[in-house]
Amino acid sequence: MTDNVTGDIAPGSWSPKRDRAKAIQTIVKIIFGSFAAISILTTIGILATLIFETIEFFKEVPISQFLTDTRWTPLFASKQFGIFVLVSATMMISVISIMVALPLGLLSAICLSEYATPRIRRILKPMLEILAGVPTVVYGYFALLTVTPFLQIFLPDLQGFNALSAGLVLGIMITPMVASLSEDALYAVPRSLKDGAYALGATKRETVTSVVLPAALSGIVSSLILATSRAVGETMIVTLAAGANPTLGFNPFVPVMTMTAFIVQITKGDAPYGTIEYKTLYAVGMTLFIMTFALNIFSFWFVRRFREKYD
Amino acid sequence: MPTPLPSTSISEVSDSKTIALQMEKVSVYYGSNLAVKDVYLEIPEHEIVAFIGPSGCGKSTILRCFNRMNDLIPSARVDGRILFDGEEITGKRVDPVELRRRVGMVFQKPNPFPKSIYDNITFGARINGYQGNYDELVERSLRGAALWDEVKDKLQESGLGLSGGQQQRLCIARAIAIEPEVILMDEPCSALDPISTIKVEELMHELKERYTIVIVTHNMQQASRVSDRTAFFNAVATDQGGKMGYLVEYNHTQDIFSNPKEEYTRDYVSGRFG
Ligand SMILES: Nc1ncnc2c1ncn2[C@@H]1O[C@H](COP(=O)(O)OP(=O)(O)O)[C@@H](O)[C@H]1O
Ligand SMILES: [Mg+2]
Repeated sequence: MTDNVTGDIAPGSWSPKRDRAKAIQTIVKIIFGSFAAISILTTIGILATLIFETIEFFKEVPISQFLTDTRWTPLFASKQFGIFVLVSATMMISVISIMVALPLGLLSAICLSEYATPRIRRILKPMLEILAGVPTVVYGYFALLTVTPFLQIFLPDLQGFNALSAGLVLGIMITPMVASLSEDALYAVPRSLKDGAYALGATKRETVTSVVLPAALSGIVSSLILATSRAVGETMIVTLAAGANPTLGFNPFVPVMTMTAFIVQITKGDAPYGTIEYKTLYAVGMTLFIMTFALNIFSFWFVRRFREKYD
Repeated sequence: MPTPLPSTSISEVSDSKTIALQMEKVSVYYGSNLAVKDVYLEIPEHEIVAFIGPSGCGKSTILRCFNRMNDLIPSARVDGRILFDGEEITGKRVDPVELRRRVGMVFQKPNPFPKSIYDNITFGARINGYQGNYDELVERSLRGAALWDEVKDKLQESGLGLSGGQQQRLCIARAIAIEPEVILMDEPCSALDPISTIKVEELMHELKERYTIVIVTHNMQQASRVSDRTAFFNAVATDQGGKMGYLVEYNHTQDIFSNPKEEYTRDYVSGRFG
């Protein structure tokens, strides 16, 4: 019977162009594949250069010296390569910035996702987006020419270049990132969980603090880690406002030099190819890369480990 | 368009039982949409009342009036009088937070918090300032929800690790932990397998001793199995192209199923529509 049914259809009325469709499919695959390959190849290229030049660097400077020297003077006659001088500055500024961005960003996120009426939301969200769109050089001069003089009114010890202003302004800069990623995390908490809390006689505040925030914790932490890694890699603000004076320690009132600021210093002057100054650039770049990479991996792992699955 | 019948006679509890919940001419709007119109209803203490009817006829909407969950939906507006233990629970003067401690709710989809089983149970007690012994509270509530034996050795594990049926009983345990007087259940078994469903139904029979229960169900067998009274809701198409729900008939479950007064009810319970 079934044979009959198919047999009734005139053979000419269906002619799917399967061959052409397949050919197009293949071409499309190749085009998209090569675009994907470009970004992968670029990453590999950058990594390879970094690794290669870093190895060259460590042929001249033993790794023990790199890790234990207490001064950073690769441009002087008596060269010392204590990377922790730069790392300490980067870490201090990042910590200051997170101390600003955590409360500001998280509170804005909570406000936006849980409390704001549609009208307030319409005002607040674009403001955060404007903050995110300000060029970093503007932030840098803001830190140097506005924030530092203002802080000096209260903190006379504060020097013209310092880690404090740079960290505070950097914190403002990464606040939109924390706010937006945390808001996504808060928004992803299912409505049914909040209803469950309300139905047990929870107030809005209790619902937010005891149910919504814990449920969104993994997303919030990962937003902080990503923002930290952004702060670690930030260049312009620290170069302009924190100075260029390699200082070991965690004093936020004095000029310091971060890893990124050092890279700027070297690339501004001309370090001839193959000199130790030139190779230092890559060693510092590699350290920076490892730090941000570790942060990103940690954030990835944290989300995977602690994310709650709701189906 | 058939006219809704807000005839009070069928909504009243004829035998002399204490009334726990009462609705007088309750209408609910979502924005300008009239979702349910003119509901009169009396729910006696320590009984199980089932809401049945085709989907979209406003069963959940009416159920949410009893613990004012509709307050959380910005567009929703409730008209009419709703009484709980003889006191009005609508209006600004009544605190919905206090009301919800006395009128608990179990949802369609199990929604345990991403916390330990123990913390799921104690959550409501904590925020409501319970002074007693929390370990005892947890055991009592879990026993009350027929879940104790299955979870007593893993109270510190996440509530999300339980099976769907266990999660729903955890939500029931969580609801009874704050010692409410009424438990509202919105299709509590629709996400559960048949064995879990039977367990929850058996549980409801026990809970009835201590609580008044209102359950929404799309399953007519379930309504006839568990409930003492049944309210049948239906919806009619409105001129604006929307649907408007209304209470067709409310009576002892036995009467609704074997001797319905309304044509619609007869058609619905005999499976001719819906
Ligand atoms: N949050 C809401 N916003 C707008 N309309 C809603 C909302 N919830 C329910 N409704 C509408 O109200 C009517 C009744 O819905 P509901 O109470 O969920 O019915 P049931 O539980 O009987 O299926 C439906 O037409 C539905 O579209
Ligand atoms: Mg419903």
